[in-house]
Amino acid sequence: MVGIVSYGTYIPIYRIKTEEIARIWGENGETISKGLGVKQKSIPNLDEDTATIAVEAAREAVYRAKIDPTHIDAIYVGSESHPYAVKPTATIVGEALEVGNYYFAADLEFACKAGTAGIQICYSMVKSDMIRYGVAIGADTSQGAPGDALEYSASAGGAAYIIGKKGVIAEIIKTVSFTSDTPDFWRREGKPYPKHGGRFTGQPAYFRHITSAAEKIMEELDLKPSDFNYAVFHQPNGKFPVRVAKMLGFSKEQISPGLVVPYIGNTYSGSSLIGLAATLDIAKTDELILLVSFGSGAGSDAFVLRVTDEIENFERKPGVWEKIEKGVFVDYGMYVKLRRKIKMGD
Amino acid sequence: MRKVAVIGVGQSKFGELWDYSFRDIVLSAGIEAIEDAGLEGREIEAMYIGNMSGGRFLAQEHIAALIADYSGLAELHIPSTRVEGADASGGLALRQAYLAVASGLHDIVIAAGAEKVTDVGEKAVEILSSGLDREWEVFNGVTLASLFAIIARLHMDKYGTRAEDLAMISVKNHKNAVRNPKAQFKREISIDVALSSPYVAEPLRVFDCAPVSDGAAVIVLASEEVARKYTDTPIYISASAQATDYIALSSRRDFTTMDAVVFAAREAYKKAGIEPKDIDVAEVHDSFTIAELLAYEDLGFVEKGKGAELIREGVTELDGELPVNPSGGLKACGHAAGATGIRQAVEITLQLRGEAKGRQVDAETGLTMNIGGTGATAVVTIFRR
Amino acid sequence: MLPRFWRKIKYRYNLIGTKCENCNTYYYPPRNLCPKCRRKSKIVEVKFSGKGEVLSYSVIHEAPENMKDQKPYIVALIKLEEGPIITAQLVCDSSEVKKGMKVKAVFRKCGEEGSAGVIYYCTKFVPENL
Repeated sequence: MVGIVSYGTYIPIYRIKTEEIARIWGENGETISKGLGVKQKSIPNLDEDTATIAVEAAREAVYRAKIDPTHIDAIYVGSESHPYAVKPTATIVGEALEVGNYYFAADLEFACKAGTAGIQICYSMVKSDMIRYGVAIGADTSQGAPGDALEYSASAGGAAYIIGKKGVIAEIIKTVSFTSDTPDFWRREGKPYPKHGGRFTGQPAYFRHITSAAEKIMEELDLKPSDFNYAVFHQPNGKFPVRVAKMLGFSKEQISPGLVVPYIGNTYSGSSLIGLAATLDIAKTDELILLVSFGSGAGSDAFVLRVTDEIENFERKPGVWEKIEKGVFVDYGMYVKLRRKIKMGD
Repeated sequence: MRKVAVIGVGQSKFGELWDYSFRDIVLSAGIEAIEDAGLEGREIEAMYIGNMSGGRFLAQEHIAALIADYSGLAELHIPSTRVEGADASGGLALRQAYLAVASGLHDIVIAAGAEKVTDVGEKAVEILSSGLDREWEVFNGVTLASLFAIIARLHMDKYGTRAEDLAMISVKNHKNAVRNPKAQFKREISIDVALSSPYVAEPLRVFDCAPVSDGAAVIVLASEEVARKYTDTPIYISASAQATDYIALSSRRDFTTMDAVVFAAREAYKKAGIEPKDIDVAEVHDSFTIAELLAYEDLGFVEKGKGAELIREGVTELDGELPVNPSGGLKACGHAAGATGIRQAVEITLQLRGEAKGRQVDAETGLTMNIGGTGATAVVTIFRR
Repeated sequence: MLPRFWRKIKYRYNLIGTKCENCNTYYYPPRNLCPKCRRKSKIVEVKFSGKGEVLSYSVIHEAPENMKDQKPYIVALIKLEEGPIITAQLVCDSSEVKKGMKVKAVFRKCGEEGSAGVIYYCTKFVPENL
């Protein structure tokens, strides 16, 4: 059996409310908050970046797994905000986890689905007995241009998953991907902020990819939405996952445990994976979970997971929702400082 | 060991000396000292120069040869040696010069201290932090001020020392500096001004911190016999002691005691055959006001924890029982890193000779205490008329 | 600075210090020699739990060049539960910090050599209840 052996999450402590951002740009905060389904978002501290978030999430996962870190044979970090354009984040994580030096490692980028791509790589490596344990991380400190719609949602956070054969808490029954060349959202080399196709990010991008991947995996396994206890879809905002769930025939109850975006924003590569973590926090033996990520550009990775009885003895505290509630709110001025949008002197 | 005397002293002005180069300020102090000693120049047998960071302040190493050269001594080919111990460099140079004469190796030796810091602008503060543990203190974000602030907070917690006590030290030193023509800050400040100045590193404020200054000081040492040929008022060095401690504050035995100072002082008193109560005047290393307060205790002027009483009761004021930092100290006379230890010796010499003019105190025995960084190096020197 | 930092990454990313097995004293930063035992030193590496308490601290307002965008920030003397006292940054609101506060180690950015230079990571501390 190959699956999730452990998981850990990290959400930076600072938060800013949608109303506070709207106030600066003369927009109606309440309308935007309702329209996006995002009440607030997380902000990284000045000394936090994708590497520190990845390390903190991975450390929690290793601690909970109670495994010898030197048995980790692969590390993949998915992000669209790696601290370096050239130089891996994965090696920073490897060193911080003390995994030794004989391990496979690379950084991945596939917009918001690079983390689930990492899980697929680790899954195949474990399955083929190339490695004992693999760590797949999705982490981001995403940027939205000031005044752009993305500024309300682009946030920071991450989740780490340890994939292996021993002590599996959630078996990966199957994974499929739906991929096409669809430029709905991008960031060119050297540019600080991404650009997006506005409403083009919806139907031809997010909805088409998620529904195609979800329908394909259910068809192949002969499952229907009502067979699942929970479903987690990528969460670029609070509206899309709710709508896509409805389109596919999933209920609000199935998605609500993992719907974290209204309270922390879109953590990009961390988004669906933090949602999955919040779901695993309450999952019980034999429950079935559907996870579908989405990365612009574009692709969706779908997973069907069956929770095992190992989860009953698995350390799940502090839970994702506990971490979400610990936020400290800041104003836009502080936000600008924290996100280094102030031009400092040389 | 032979008796060693100070036969000449000189000092540049301390402060932001925009018009003067490193060489200019060393020369001005040197010429003053040579004239004071009544030397021609040819009599000088060796030089020791305290300099903390010519390499980083000026990108100039090989300071000892440079100074010998520009002092006009190149063709005498005398040995000239730079001595470094962060901002205790001057004190160490004095000690090396003292040992060279006391041992009988040389009869007339120059001890100099010099630093030119203003050429690097704001970087000066960062360069001064190279006297700390660069790998495990500075790398983690500490500044020199923040470590003294950590000490101050502990002293406050443990012994009830107040921010007001520290401010009073600053007020006293500013008051003294008004009477010192070579001082950087020749103006009095009120306790309210000190206490309302901005924080540098809480709980220390701007007026708790010595400036980073340009300056040089030079003294001429001679053996007792030779000294008599040059001066009627030789000032004898009755003890020189030096001690070290862990470089990082976090490794020390007690954060509110500078053990290096305690050990150096103990040895100096023993060698001089005196006790702390015999000291009539002292120049101590007040790089921060808390450092002066610790000096009161660690030099044995008052028992541990009661340093604040000395300033509250006016004991260390110019007209007090034991004037401390009559020059204005590092706080108000200025702190030119490697020059400070020599400048302190210049002041004590002037005081013991009775030549300190407007700030003259009644003294027969004086002491200087110079530390590097947060006290990993300490030098204590005792002078007698 | 780069090789100098890289060389000690092991001790910065994790709180790995040393212990003298002759006298059972723990040290951080790591030491090659025990100051108590000197020639009798038996130095081994140990990993500290990262839990400790604040002994004293300072909120820095005049920051060095590379820390200017972070001011005010806090540095503290922290006593680790295994015994050694270390100098580190404490990440929390300056109104929150107090003597005796329980803290835990976290992985943070420690500096960078300009916007194009290498990034340094290290161990800092946050309140334990965070």
